[in-house]
Amino acid sequence: MQDLGISVLFQGKNFIRLLGGLWITVRISLISVIISILLGIVLGMIMTMKNPVISAITKIYLEFVRIMPQLVLLFLVYFGVTKAFGIHLSGELSAIIVFSIWGTAEMGDLVRGALVSIPKHQYESGKAIGLTNIQIFRYIIIPQTVRRLLPLAINLVTRMIKTTSLIALIGVVEVVKVGQQIIDASRLSVPSAALWIYGVIFFLYFIVCYPISLLATKLEKVWKD
Amino acid sequence: MKMKETILEIKNLKKNYDELNVLKNVSIDINKGEVLVIVGPSGCGKSTLLRCINGLENIQSGDIYLKGEKISNRRKDMHLVRQKIGMVFQSYDLFPHMTILNNILLGPMKSQNRDKKEVTKEAEELLMRVGLLDKKDAYPRQLSGGQKQRVAIVRALCMHPEIMLFDEVTAALDPEMVREVLDVMLELAKDGSTMIIVTHEMQFARAIADRIIFMDKGEIIEESDPETFFTNPNTDRAKKFLNVFTFNTAKGD
Repeated sequence: MQDLGISVLFQGKNFIRLLGGLWITVRISLISVIISILLGIVLGMIMTMKNPVISAITKIYLEFVRIMPQLVLLFLVYFGVTKAFGIHLSGELSAIIVFSIWGTAEMGDLVRGALVSIPKHQYESGKAIGLTNIQIFRYIIIPQTVRRLLPLAINLVTRMIKTTSLIALIGVVEVVKVGQQIIDASRLSVPSAALWIYGVIFFLYFIVCYPISLLATKLEKVWKD
Repeated sequence: MKMKETILEIKNLKKNYDELNVLKNVSIDINKGEVLVIVGPSGCGKSTLLRCINGLENIQSGDIYLKGEKISNRRKDMHLVRQKIGMVFQSYDLFPHMTILNNILLGPMKSQNRDKKEVTKEAEELLMRVGLLDKKDAYPRQLSGGQKQRVAIVRALCMHPEIMLFDEVTAALDPEMVREVLDVMLELAKDGSTMIIVTHEMQFARAIADRIIFMDKGEIIEESDPETFFTNPNTDRAKKFLNVFTFNTAKGD
């Protein structure tokens, strides 16, 4: 049954191993996403300040992260920093550091954009009806910021999940790497394994990312009407 | 004649933006139930004056008193002062994420801690008066500009302010919607609300005002009753300003 490459999925513990790899992917993404969102909110608020020094620093940070391909950042941390400073970082930890640095920058910019898009008059209207600054933020500014932010933030999350596939290249055995190992092991017995295994990986990513992007679309719709 | 109660006193108000003197020594008293209309060319400082009264701008010198209490340049508790001053802006500025009713309830409930049932009842009555009760569960984006502005007026009224400030409330509206907003204001005037109105609608100013103040370059140039101001202004600058409008009318005819 050479042509049924899918059978390779059910040999031994292959499918369980793929799911294990997926869990690594999800875990790294989840930790990075949580860190990025928390730090990104703080960064975004800092970025709205009009201090020239702060805005220069944040701008350099943002541009640096955007210009560098994520893969280069990963190599820089995993191979570069560890060698140069003689510290040991596991692949997984390096990945979390890099994705948090990247996610924080992107999230910060989204938060900044959402905050500055609230017109000045919204603050003044709040003042005019006698609200305190805290009440203005709580009832007027934050609800509007979150509405603008959430669909964009969710898109960022799916992008981060997808981009974690790069960490196979620094030796983290996540879902893509597990797939490669399975394909390599059955190269001779099942030559079409690559198609089947990568196909399954495609669906695994889809299963993780699609509900998230559905949620984004749904929220956008709910808040539009 | 009965002694009139002074609601708002502005004494020698000065306001600068850096080097530019926007308001130079402006003094105005407003009595309870009085409707004061401020007119003047763009950039004369009339909107800034309203913003200073409500503490949205700092002032450099002078004092503002609301019912005898000094309210100018306060650091603390300005929000308590603003609860007594209703302000309606040119761009209406309803809160887009809330229904019309919630827009109106927010101030009374959160800043004045009033009972939801009681405020809802009052809000509905006011909405009925401005002909928008059927829109109470709509969102601001579903309303026309004139409707939004009427809601903004109700939102300010529901706070039971001592005085209402109207900052060019019809300037952003399509001409056919101006009337519905001005009618609401006329009715408020009839009910004895104390109001300061900044406007470019000269006929409306004449109809609603108890007193007209003409400002130019940050100063009060002329202060008189509407009849005198519009038929026989005392100063050349006021004459020149009013001429602009008659010219416009002549062309429009």
